[in-house]
Amino acid sequence: MMDVQNVTKNYGQTVVVNNVSLPIEKGKMTACIGPNGAGKSTLLEMVSRLIPQDTGHIYLDGKEVKSWKKGEFAKRLSVLKQTNQMTVRLTVRELVSFGRFPYTKGRLNSKCHEIIDSSLSYLGLSELQNRYIDTLSGGQLQRAMIAMVLCQDTDYILLDEPLNNLDMSFGVQMMQTLRSLVDELGKTVITVVHDINFAASYADNIVAMKEGQLFASGPVDKMITKSVLDDLYDMDVEIIENKGKKYCLYYIN
Amino acid sequence: MKTRQLNGVFVTLFASIIVFLFLYMTVNTRGHLSFAFSLRGQRIVPFFLVGFTTTVSTIVFQTMTQNVILTPSIIGLDALYILLQTVVFFVFGMNHVLATNQQLNFLLSLLLMMGGSIGMFWLFFLKYPGKLYLLLMTGLILGTFFNSFSQFLQVIIDPNEFDSLFSRTIASFNRVDITLVNTSLLLALPALIYLFKESRRLDVLHLGREYALNLGIDIDFYYFKLFMLISLLTAVTTALVGPVSFLGFLGANIAYKVFNTYRHSILFLGGSLISIVFILIGQLLVEHVFKLQTTLGVIIQFVGGLYFLVILFKERNG
Repeated sequence: MMDVQNVTKNYGQTVVVNNVSLPIEKGKMTACIGPNGAGKSTLLEMVSRLIPQDTGHIYLDGKEVKSWKKGEFAKRLSVLKQTNQMTVRLTVRELVSFGRFPYTKGRLNSKCHEIIDSSLSYLGLSELQNRYIDTLSGGQLQRAMIAMVLCQDTDYILLDEPLNNLDMSFGVQMMQTLRSLVDELGKTVITVVHDINFAASYADNIVAMKEGQLFASGPVDKMITKSVLDDLYDMDVEIIENKGKKYCLYYIN
Repeated sequence: MKTRQLNGVFVTLFASIIVFLFLYMTVNTRGHLSFAFSLRGQRIVPFFLVGFTTTVSTIVFQTMTQNVILTPSIIGLDALYILLQTVVFFVFGMNHVLATNQQLNFLLSLLLMMGGSIGMFWLFFLKYPGKLYLLLMTGLILGTFFNSFSQFLQVIIDPNEFDSLFSRTIASFNRVDITLVNTSLLLALPALIYLFKESRRLDVLHLGREYALNLGIDIDFYYFKLFMLISLLTAVTTALVGPVSFLGFLGANIAYKVFNTYRHSILFLGGSLISIVFILIGQLLVEHVFKLQTTLGVIIQFVGGLYFLVILFKERNG
């Protein structure tokens, strides 16, 4: 269980995240949506301790994030960022192996190799494991990064726009993978998503942010409604249902 | 690289070090072998020490900045050293105790360089954590300022004093004071051993600041610690033999090419051995081809500069 309480972040005079409080359910997939500049990524960075919050508290399993030992925290929560520029030449397997660092500080044992193997095969990378990452396509690299995070074997996995640079089919694959992390492995996944239909189709809960504030949050059914989305994006959004799933149409406004 | 290939490269490097060391000790002894041995043997420890300090500090620095064409000289320590020497010669003259007493000069240089870098990093890591490039920019600007100021003083200094000052500002093993070697070892060895032990943690820094944080490294404090160690190694090397930043650049970049790995343990050892080979060849050239008419610093700047250009052109072509 993660709990965010009255968290605020300023950059100079600008308030980027303003007094946000919300609980995040364990064992579920939570999607964070909202317009550009709403503070979604900043909130994610604070929750994953990449940047400190100015005021407020964030709790992970009842203990404040700041007071966790850095090495221990890395065994509980992992984060995947938007940009993945690596200047170094690594093979896929070497990259994925870094996920074991919190446990063995770089000295891989047989258990590590088992976990690396299973992470690679879970993301369908076994064939590619000896390829250098600079020869991969955007989708393959994204999967390799997820495999690294999976290898870190944390209860909580945070992702900042994992669908960036992915085409439709890879986008669907990625969301299916994240879904199976929740359903099969019992992970808690928190992800920032721009495509609202992906959020509606795959997530359990949705957190909507607007202008640095929490706009609304709740289960998908309650959140994907015309009244919420119209106000959130200041657009006229049409909701249709097809085979029991809700989809948003907003392309012609 | 496979283990067998790797061992092959290391064996080749060790063998070339032994060959060049043998040549260095025995060429042109004119029958006075024991005299040559005792004279030349004094320089062996500095050769190895400088090979390790420059290369290890450069590799750590390049990993931290994620940039393979930077050297620690960008933070301006060499420039500060040259400024100190110039000011001493300018204000007190070449016969003052600060200029003639090697130990005193060594300690003063070391204190100034360490003091300067501690002050600067402390300020930066407190006020602007994570702003690595801002720190480098500030270092670059200060270094340029120190260099310009040194040049200004050197232009108006007495020509005789300039002559003796000039030899101080160019790297050379010929002037190494043997009494300083033990102090240098005492300071540099613990730092080197620590960095070798940290090589696996350093590997993680290749992934960048955010992933290092994600994998549980207290990155800001760690960067501060690494910067202090790099300053210490650079300061010791510069105070001992003068500015040799290109040497570390050569060793590090050739090691990246030869070993084609991200692993610091291999790069540290391999790069340092490569640098030592360069020092030995360079010193052989200086003593027996150029008959001490030039210094190792000039040769290293020449070769290093050429290699730097090659890398720049390659990067430009993609």
